[in-house]
Amino acid sequence: MVFKRISIRDHTAEANLFARRTLIALLVIATMIFILLSNLYYLQIERHEVYQTRSNGNRIKVLPVAPNRGLIYDRNGVVLAENRPVYSLQVIPEETDNLDNTLEELVTLLDITEEEVADFRKEFKSTRRFKPVTLRNQLNEQEVALFSANQHKFNGVSVEARLTRHYPYADSLTHMLGYVAKINKRDLQKLTEASLEDNYAATYDIGKLGIEKYHESLLHGQVGYQEVEVNSQGRVIRTLSFTPPVPGQDLVLNIDVNLQMIAQQALDGRRGAVVVMDSRDGGILSLYSNPSYDPNLFVNGISGKDYSALLQSKDRPLINRATQGQYPPASTIKPHMALLALDEEIIKPDSTIRDYGSFQLRNSSHKWRDWRPYGHRNKDDKNIINVTDAIEQSCDVFFYDAAYKLGIDRISDKMFEFGFGDYTGIDLYEESAAIMPSRGWKRANKNLPWYPGDTVIIGIGQSYWTTTPLQLAQSVATIANKGIRRVPQIIRGNMIEGRQLVFEPKELRPVEVKNPEHWDVVLDAMYGVVNREKGTALNVFKDANYISAGKTGTAQLFQIAQDEKYDKENVADRLRDNAMYVGYAPYDNPELVIAVALENAGSGAATPVARQVMDYYFRDKPTLIAQDKESTNLAAR
Amino acid sequence: MLRDKLKPNGPTLLNRIHIDGWLLAALMLLMAVGLITIYAAGGKDLGLIQRQTIRLGVAMLAMFVVAQVPIMLFRRVSIYFYVVGLAMLVAVLLVGTVGKGAQRWLDLGFMQFQPSEVMKLAVPMMVAWYISRFTLPPKTLHIFAGFILVIAPTLLIAKQPDLGTSLLIASSGFFALFLAGMSWKLISIIGVLGSGFAPVLWFFLMRDYQKQRVLTFLNPESDPLGSGYHIIQSKIAIGSGGIEGKGWLQGTQSQLEFLPERHTDFIFAVFSEEFGFYGVIGLLLIYAAIVARGMIIAVRAQDAYSKILAGSITLTFFVYVFVNMGMVSGILPVVGVPLPLVSYGGTSMVTLLAGFGILMSISTQKRLLLRQ
Repeated sequence: MVFKRISIRDHTAEANLFARRTLIALLVIATMIFILLSNLYYLQIERHEVYQTRSNGNRIKVLPVAPNRGLIYDRNGVVLAENRPVYSLQVIPEETDNLDNTLEELVTLLDITEEEVADFRKEFKSTRRFKPVTLRNQLNEQEVALFSANQHKFNGVSVEARLTRHYPYADSLTHMLGYVAKINKRDLQKLTEASLEDNYAATYDIGKLGIEKYHESLLHGQVGYQEVEVNSQGRVIRTLSFTPPVPGQDLVLNIDVNLQMIAQQALDGRRGAVVVMDSRDGGILSLYSNPSYDPNLFVNGISGKDYSALLQSKDRPLINRATQGQYPPASTIKPHMALLALDEEIIKPDSTIRDYGSFQLRNSSHKWRDWRPYGHRNKDDKNIINVTDAIEQSCDVFFYDAAYKLGIDRISDKMFEFGFGDYTGIDLYEESAAIMPSRGWKRANKNLPWYPGDTVIIGIGQSYWTTTPLQLAQSVATIANKGIRRVPQIIRGNMIEGRQLVFEPKELRPVEVKNPEHWDVVLDAMYGVVNREKGTALNVFKDANYISAGKTGTAQLFQIAQDEKYDKENVADRLRDNAMYVGYAPYDNPELVIAVALENAGSGAATPVARQVMDYYFRDKPTLIAQDKESTNLAAR
Repeated sequence: MLRDKLKPNGPTLLNRIHIDGWLLAALMLLMAVGLITIYAAGGKDLGLIQRQTIRLGVAMLAMFVVAQVPIMLFRRVSIYFYVVGLAMLVAVLLVGTVGKGAQRWLDLGFMQFQPSEVMKLAVPMMVAWYISRFTLPPKTLHIFAGFILVIAPTLLIAKQPDLGTSLLIASSGFFALFLAGMSWKLISIIGVLGSGFAPVLWFFLMRDYQKQRVLTFLNPESDPLGSGYHIIQSKIAIGSGGIEGKGWLQGTQSQLEFLPERHTDFIFAVFSEEFGFYGVIGLLLIYAAIVARGMIIAVRAQDAYSKILAGSITLTFFVYVFVNMGMVSGILPVVGVPLPLVSYGGTSMVTLLAGFGILMSISTQKRLLLRQ
């Protein structure tokens, strides 16, 4: 019935029309297929390499692999800094199902504190997407086990093991050895400036202080690379290639850790420093500053509370007193001053003064007192004092006179040659040059001219003159070596396959004198300090099994008025005298040099510290003087 | 005489159950390619394969059932089919279910139903029925009437919004009119009007995300991690496949999940990456074979309704292929059109194979027609 209505239609014509249209459609289709294929040809053949590269760029990531940090040994092979595995709990926030829930559950599971969560959230904000953020730095084994058992509940949370620094001797070595801690923005900036950021791409910690900082380049090593295939979430699928990192060098220090601990014991909690140096090569055997602190606190990120306690402590534990403490050298520089006066022919070995207990400049009423109210006496009990007596008994008047006659210019020039007022060159960045005053220095820093009176007290190592215990030790080594100067070195060498390779000591420009016999005058006087009847250190070194030489010192921190007596009881604790001691042994063949500074400890307190340390050093040496030797009973580790 | 001509073909077994052997073979081949690629794209998930196989089975069944229906019946119900479909489209806009930011589904209580799928067949049927009532080529008036029949559902679907489907429906209607013999003059006028309509589309009809897609298409590298990510990763996948491809299951872009929508709209990128340019040529040959077979069926069909309907269905099928491949390879903006019978899922599978059922019905029921 439908057909009836269109009975007049021309079926052939319609079929032909349709066929033509079909043909056109097929042509259009062919064209479109051609367009598709041309484009695909372009993508897959013409531009194949470009896209191949981009495809690889998507999937292949180069991951840096941190080198193991070199270990640090003392001279006897005792490990001072080691690497220990630590387990940290890390969260990739983007991979968790719900960050808040995950954190909440972890808090209950592992007793994570609110502070840790707050730190985590802070760090999360400044971390790139899909990068792990640490929630807890150190997990103990129990916590690791607890988490591992529940790991399936925590997507995006993992326990990562890495090596971290540990200092088994804790606070005994802190100022010298230093510590490593997490690389911060400033470190990163410095590394970038030195074009080292690639080498640190995988490194977590960097040396922040002491040897760890100074020898960072030796200890760190060379980064390795792992080429991995990752998926779009950045998860590693497999490793394609591996370039192993080159571990850092194992370093050997001149330090003897036992000697260091003896120094710590000898200081007995008092503020001060001990430097022990080998006069033969400049090696630092011990360098201890008290009070100290545990460097391990810093490795794992010190808490704000602990840090501010260290920072605000009146005892200033963060200062390395051995290299940064600026102490008036006091009488410890009298040997140096004597040498200078002899060499400049201000005095002769046998020239004397009369000591009435004070010194006055012509046309001046000001009296510079001797520490002994009525002056010193020689062995014949006369107040006639020569240079040897002056050093042995630490006569101030003699050196007021000598210094005044020398004048500040000759003093500061020569003392600078000894290294005062300059960096010793020790392998520590924490070092102060202290102050060797001169006319120019006073003009520049105090805007005042140099007065003759200034020179007088320079003679006994006071006024503006400050030194570090390390400078003192180095200068005493120079005297013991009759002018030969060496750079104090903490590093001894490195350990390669279990064998020590010792580095060459570094020599400095020597101190030269016109008449080398003057060295002997000074050295003999220092011998007298320890070994002769009127020597200021005789009592302390009685019965030692070695012969040493030395010089005591007491630095006044409290200015007493003219004609007034110094009363120990009335002076506040922090204004009490600093005690100093320098010495070396054995007298006739020096190897050990020591400098001790004790703050506010009162006169003479430093000498027994030196004795204790030196006793330990010479504990096994044959008794040099046939005397009853007191056993020190300190077993070596 | 015609009868004699047809006799050598004979009523084969396949013909008796109204199946076009060539078409069936090509479709099965395509589905096999699809399953193989889905396995690779879906991370070797056999669950995906299982679900896709079931879906294909259901769709094949639909095709088989539709193929049994005499074409005259389709012709008779065309108008009702269309009217009901149009009514449902209106209903969708009023009471439809919202999903993925679009209102496309009607909740029938026991199942979700997408009326736009019905229109994919209803529109060409309606236009074919309407136009074939008159002598061909159609008069301008009829063409315009035909256009109205096409534009009404197109706009309703575009409003959902479902740009891909409305595009396919508009195409199917246009192809019907074109094959019916619409004059070239009219085609050019429509073309001019169409380009005039583009700004209207841009400013009044397209949603922001649709505009963004077009902008991204024009310069995908402007936002490589955002809207441009899909197309950049897709081109990397295709380009890195090279001539021979990286091998089955070896495509890093897909296996390592850099490519989004891997087993659905962007499956062609997975295929290109793993099977290379050779594979692409092979796949296009299969599609070309299906299109060619469809057009042969259309040309051989006995009446205008069958011819127009068969031609329209076939050409629309090719539009699917072209739009999908074009967007995946970066020569067309991203519109949600799956690669027919290869992409995973899609409500469109049943409609698509039902359309081929109609083709098979036309192809195998000639004699019934002649006997009338």
